Amino acid sequence: MEAEAAKYIGAGLAGLALVGAGLGIGNIFSSYLSGALRNPSAAASQRTNLLLGFALCEATGLFGFVLAMIMLFA
Amino acid sequence: MANDPMQQFKIEKIFDLPTIAGHDISFTNSSLWMALTALGVMIFFALTAKGKLIPGRMQSLGEISHEFIANMLKDTTGPEAIKFFPYIFSIFFFILFANLLGMNPYAFTSTSHLAVSVALALFTIGLVVVAGIVKNGLRWFKIFAPAGLPLPVYFLIVPIEIISFLSRPVTLSVRLFANMTAGHVMLKIFAIFIAYLMSSGGWKIFAAIVPIVGTTAIVALEFLVAGLQAFVFAILTCVYLNDVYHVDH
Repeated sequence: MEAEAAKYIGAGLAGLALVGAGLGIGNIFSSYLSGALRNPSAAASQRTNLLLGFALCEATGLFGFVLAMIMLFA
Repeated sequence: MANDPMQQFKIEKIFDLPTIAGHDISFTNSSLWMALTALGVMIFFALTAKGKLIPGRMQSLGEISHEFIANMLKDTTGPEAIKFFPYIFSIFFFILFANLLGMNPYAFTSTSHLAVSVALALFTIGLVVVAGIVKNGLRWFKIFAPAGLPLPVYFLIVPIEIISFLSRPVTLSVRLFANMTAGHVMLKIFAIFIAYLMSSGGWKIFAAIVPIVGTTAIVALEFLVAGLQAFVFAILTCVYLNDVYHVDH
């Protein structure tokens, strides 16, 4: 296999990191919604933690994107 | 037609300055947009800081943002950390304005470069280290060794704590950089797809309505991300500042 081809396949595989990020983000929002529906009065106070969890989770997927960029351009 | 989605991140020199110790310090489009960001923040506060007893719309905007950051700092770090408020406040507004200015057409997103976000993250982590040592002396290094564990566990926990501390600036900067870069690349790819459909003629012109709707939705998402990333950077700075005040966990 040519090195160039392997580079593109590797960059594509790095996109698999988004599977985990997608699962995690879905999990965060579903847990928040079920928690918020059980106890709506506590929901507003946890929105900061919700967004923090969302951003931390999304970042792990984006590390895959960074890996892909490194493979393609570095 | 520019059909390279990475072209928008190209750094171009606007005017040349002499090199200092081998480093090129020319004024680039990145510097220009960072200067515009700082100017934007200053104009925002010049407009909002009127200081009337009954606040108008602009003054309320300034007061609400002040209160928002102050509450965030108090909730996550504690009331004694309020002296770091100016730092958190300016870093939040710098990133927010840089992200929002970058959303304008033809604008350059300065936070989409790792050099800029690493500089911001190093400021934060340097502040934590310096403030921690100034406040606690060498006792500050106890954050790497939480109290009350059996001795053999320390051989495992100390390296883990050190690695986790050292990975903070990396994750902090890469998060901001990757979010902004990925968002802008995605927008550009969709826009190129629309241009391709429109230029190919026939029924494909009508098919272009799908990516146009998609791009509009992604632009909305990107505005959310622009605010969210500024918020996350600020709140993580607050969380890391915890180490200055709560050495004994």
